[in-house]
Amino acid sequence: MAAPVRGMAGSTSIGNTTSFQKKTRSKLVSIPGTRPSVQNGQLLVSSGVSSLDYVIGGGLAVGTLLLVEEDRYDSYSRMLLKYFLAEGVVCGHELFLASARDHPDDIMQELPSPIVDDVAGMKISEGQSQPSDPENPDTMKIAWRYQNQPKVQTALASSVRFGHYYDVSKTMEPELRQAAKCHSFYQLQEMPVATGSSPLPSPYHALLKSIQTVIRKEGFDGSTPQSKVRNVLRLGLHSLGSVLWGDDVCCKDNPAHCHALTTFLYILRGMLRTSLSVAMVTVPSHLIQNRAVMGRIIRLSDTAVALESFKGSEKETNPLYKDYHGLLHVRQLPRLNCLSCEVPDTKDLAFKLKRKQFTIERLHLPPDLSETVSRVSKTDLAAGCGSTATGNKHLDF
Amino acid sequence: MFPELNSILNSTPDSFKSSDFILASDRRADASFLIHHYLSFYLRAGCKVCFLGLVQSFSHYSAVGQRLGVSLAQAREKGQLVFLEGLKDSFGVLLQDTSQQETQPLSFLRSPGAGLEGLFRFVERSVRQSGDGDAGESWGPPVLLIDDLSVLLSLGVSVGAILDFTLYCQATVCSELQGNMVILVRCEEEDADDDEEGSNLLQRGLVHQCNLALHIEGLPTGYCRDIHGQMEVWWRPRGETIYNQRKIFHFKVHDKGASFFARGTSSAVL
Repeated sequence: MAAPVRGMAGSTSIGNTTSFQKKTRSKLVSIPGTRPSVQNGQLLVSSGVSSLDYVIGGGLAVGTLLLVEEDRYDSYSRMLLKYFLAEGVVCGHELFLASARDHPDDIMQELPSPIVDDVAGMKISEGQSQPSDPENPDTMKIAWRYQNQPKVQTALASSVRFGHYYDVSKTMEPELRQAAKCHSFYQLQEMPVATGSSPLPSPYHALLKSIQTVIRKEGFDGSTPQSKVRNVLRLGLHSLGSVLWGDDVCCKDNPAHCHALTTFLYILRGMLRTSLSVAMVTVPSHLIQNRAVMGRIIRLSDTAVALESFKGSEKETNPLYKDYHGLLHVRQLPRLNCLSCEVPDTKDLAFKLKRKQFTIERLHLPPDLSETVSRVSKTDLAAGCGSTATGNKHLDF
Repeated sequence: MFPELNSILNSTPDSFKSSDFILASDRRADASFLIHHYLSFYLRAGCKVCFLGLVQSFSHYSAVGQRLGVSLAQAREKGQLVFLEGLKDSFGVLLQDTSQQETQPLSFLRSPGAGLEGLFRFVERSVRQSGDGDAGESWGPPVLLIDDLSVLLSLGVSVGAILDFTLYCQATVCSELQGNMVILVRCEEEDADDDEEGSNLLQRGLVHQCNLALHIEGLPTGYCRDIHGQMEVWWRPRGETIYNQRKIFHFKVHDKGASFFARGTSSAVL
């Protein structure tokens, strides 16, 4: 009995060393926290939620815009925004946070705490693996062959580790948070500026100006030569389109500024495309009466997802949804440098907030109808039609 | 360029009808692959191409063009392709402090009510300088391609102004210079047609002007991984052709092309 345990301990340490090699390989990429996409070679950053990364095709491409349609109480969309910012803090990216309701510093204080098991935790376990193994209750004594099998995962994830995990029950340590460089824009403290002949309302105009200044000054537009280390700017814009931004797209059926938000997004996307930056924008879409405007807003972003929370709706008590907290609708996937975009298996996705973690899961499996599937019963079916009704497997008509 | 689409439409880069206005539209699906098709098609045919790319950056079109076998950067250097990159130029126009000359193509961003004269002047200038033979090279008939005219609606231009713009372009490019025009427009859901200034109105107006309409729509039965939607082809009756001028195909977009097949004949269901 001792021999297999010994052998197992050896194989786990091998597993540890291989994952270490992966770490060093990812450091070859010039900017920390990024990796090239397998599909089109775009530089990707993680959104902070690894299952969301998987859903939108591996991650957020640098230079693109992710639109999140808020759920009714803005609780889960706000959490996604915090994940996005926390991932930026951990990867050492620069942050830009704009908000009109809560002060950006308040949002920054609520960032979830990262779980730093992967590097530090692994070293410890490697050092202690030999003595602690016999006492470890998780070590399998009988079915030891299955010890190294991966656990069955219900959450969506890609095979390669990318991004970090966070514990939403704790907040991030202040030292870690303050190490990150964060620019903020708080609408209520901004002086109204004269926009001149610009068609945008003044808060949007001021926000664009402010983003442009940061991009230029910090060299994200590639204007500064190689002297500086390249970095990525993460922009988090909270509740755009709400009344606090001076926009009336939410409160009227036929708003006077119905082009303000779309123009803003168009200009913002132009700025993102020419710089090393990535943006997450949340929009209270349930307040926008005019569906045509909402359709245009989605078209003007690269990736668009919508959160539909069960809170307060009759779906909360539906037994079909008892394991979940809401549905995730993928409205649009990015089409970058290639003709076809990422084609997911299924669009029926749900999210849930566990005690420590926000995850997205498949609601149910899609029907098994595709070109790639191997159907063994197909020939049987064809033969069954011609033959007499001896086949007991299938129904004959 | 997709050979299957060419055989459906009965046109090749060597022989295609001139003075055509082709309208590509979509609803609940993405028809941008048609724009890439026509861009590579007309570049191969040796036409002078003016491309208004309002949705994506030049590098995107260039990367897709590479996969379809044309080099946009080379064509641009040779003067065959004139490219207007809306995303890149837009924030300079809107956020600059000094208002300079008024003849910029994107000056409508600052005053959306004033119409699209600047944009039309840009188009006219670029299509008219074809065949000057300055470097010993002369290009074929001019072609105007617009990736997503409905972006202009989002930027505050009215439907009337956009339709005026396309009429002017059609008169110049198609009638006067015997060239072609391909325009992509994206529609809203049917139930959103209460919107007076909507893209559905724009699409109806453009269908009224065009010679060939390609309408892409998502499958009515919902999302499918192997069939990306259906395409309806409609020819305007011309001359003595009074045959069935409307056809519907299913399609699937691949990495380097698209395949079209009759309804119900996808390899996923056969």
